[in-house]
Amino acid sequence: MSTGPVVRLMAVCGYLVLLSPLAVVALLSVSSGAFLTFPPPGFSLRWFTALAGNADILSAARNSAVLAVLVTLIALLAGFPAATAIARERVPGWVVLLLSAPLLLPTLVIGLALLMTLQPYGLVATWPGLVLAHIVVVLPFVVRVMVSALQALTADMEEAAATLGAAPLRAFLRITLPLAMPGVLAAATLAFLVSFDETVISLFLVGPRLTTLPVALFHYTESRTDPLVAALAVSLVAISIGVIALVDRLVGFTRTVGHVE
Amino acid sequence: MNGATSTRRLSGWLLAAPALGLLALAFLWPMLTLARMSLNETSDTGAMIEAWSLSTYARLAADSFNWRLTLDSLSLSAFAATTAVILGYPMALFLFRTRSRFRTLLTIMAVAPLLVSGTARVIGWLAILGDHGLINSVLISVGLPTVPLINNLAGVRIGLTESVMPYTILALLAGFGRLDARLEEAAATLGARPMRAFWRVTFPLTIPAVSAGWLLAFALSISAFITPHLMGGGRVFVLATEIYDAATQTLDWPAAAALSIYALVLLLILMAAHAAVTRRLTP
Repeated sequence: MSTGPVVRLMAVCGYLVLLSPLAVVALLSVSSGAFLTFPPPGFSLRWFTALAGNADILSAARNSAVLAVLVTLIALLAGFPAATAIARERVPGWVVLLLSAPLLLPTLVIGLALLMTLQPYGLVATWPGLVLAHIVVVLPFVVRVMVSALQALTADMEEAAATLGAAPLRAFLRITLPLAMPGVLAAATLAFLVSFDETVISLFLVGPRLTTLPVALFHYTESRTDPLVAALAVSLVAISIGVIALVDRLVGFTRTVGHVE
Repeated sequence: MNGATSTRRLSGWLLAAPALGLLALAFLWPMLTLARMSLNETSDTGAMIEAWSLSTYARLAADSFNWRLTLDSLSLSAFAATTAVILGYPMALFLFRTRSRFRTLLTIMAVAPLLVSGTARVIGWLAILGDHGLINSVLISVGLPTVPLINNLAGVRIGLTESVMPYTILALLAGFGRLDARLEEAAATLGARPMRAFWRVTFPLTIPAVSAGWLLAFALSISAFITPHLMGGGRVFVLATEIYDAATQTLDWPAAAALSIYALVLLLILMAAHAAVTRRLTP
């Protein structure tokens, strides 16, 4: 059945509301003006140049990248075995519930709870504190994606390998792991992006000496409104798209995620 | 037989142990700490006093400001959820039905904002709605007076609606699964005009999807912090901004914790109410 003109017109309106802020951010990031005014007085790359020369933002960007890599690695190491246990139905239902519970709560509440817990131990604005905080929201995503990917594989293959005389570890390394690889990469990509973009929890746990890029963007937006924030926002989006494109090139991310859905 | 089962069980626990340990340390323990903190008291000088009492809850309940805050948060979230469903419904219906070869691209565009940090989208709205933004520039150029659209409730409403739209669209799309185009075609064959066919056949079938999409949007709106904080410019007060201010500005941790617990209970009640209503509506 085709879609009627009314539905199509209303859908266009929806897309306009949804995408106009992104389009405007992209346009103003190349503004030559000193403020976020519309229309921009002219076009230049001056704000990207300013971004590249801003030491605070560069160090925040480096922190965010290191943090996202650390969190992704830890979440994969802890999440893969847990997902295996869930996919093979070896743990009771409440474990599954606990492993997805952090996604049901407001990040503001999780951030506050972590602040109250970590401060007495002097772990606020430290690497261990930030890594733990990001694990809370990244691990549930990793487990969810990995469970879907592993459920698609049948236990038959591993059993066949065992019947043919392979030891469990060998069956895992030679059969299960290669077959689960697209799922692992999809989970890793998602983990990196969630950590790299995480704002609200980090807001409670950063300090002047250790901050992340989304928090720097947040505080900059609070105090000033020049096109530097637009250039920074565009850079963040470009990094996300770059990561997805890279993974898509390697294994076909859209195919993997479509498969997971 | 029994031995095999218990071996399976044990291996399951061993496999899940690292993930469970991490969440116990970084999630369960902090949530318990938060609940414990809400039972402490705050002295008149603002210092925290260790206690096991409900006096912080009593103090918050006695302040009429907090009841206003609750009503404002609820009505703002209801507005954002309703508008997001109204705007997202035609998009989801279009994406569900279209045979266009751009369908995948259009679906990705509908959820693309999820990959963009909330702050980036707020910056876009500031540039559209600000005093020198897109809308006011157009108004000035045609000789009309400008309208204040940021640092007030209007701006928060617009920004919040947009920020929950991708989730609403996904929930609607997932719920449209049971929609059968042949039913509308049958209605058309029997002489129903398109509008009538939609309201009498299509829409009733999608009520569960609308209901699920609305609840998701509502829960996300009431949990949202970045949009109300940045678009409200410190002049729009909702539960989330109040929790943040109590935790980071006035440093009244028992109050911040008690407000958090209150917000969580509010969310739970609403979800239970929604489940009860849905059960009654669906035969």
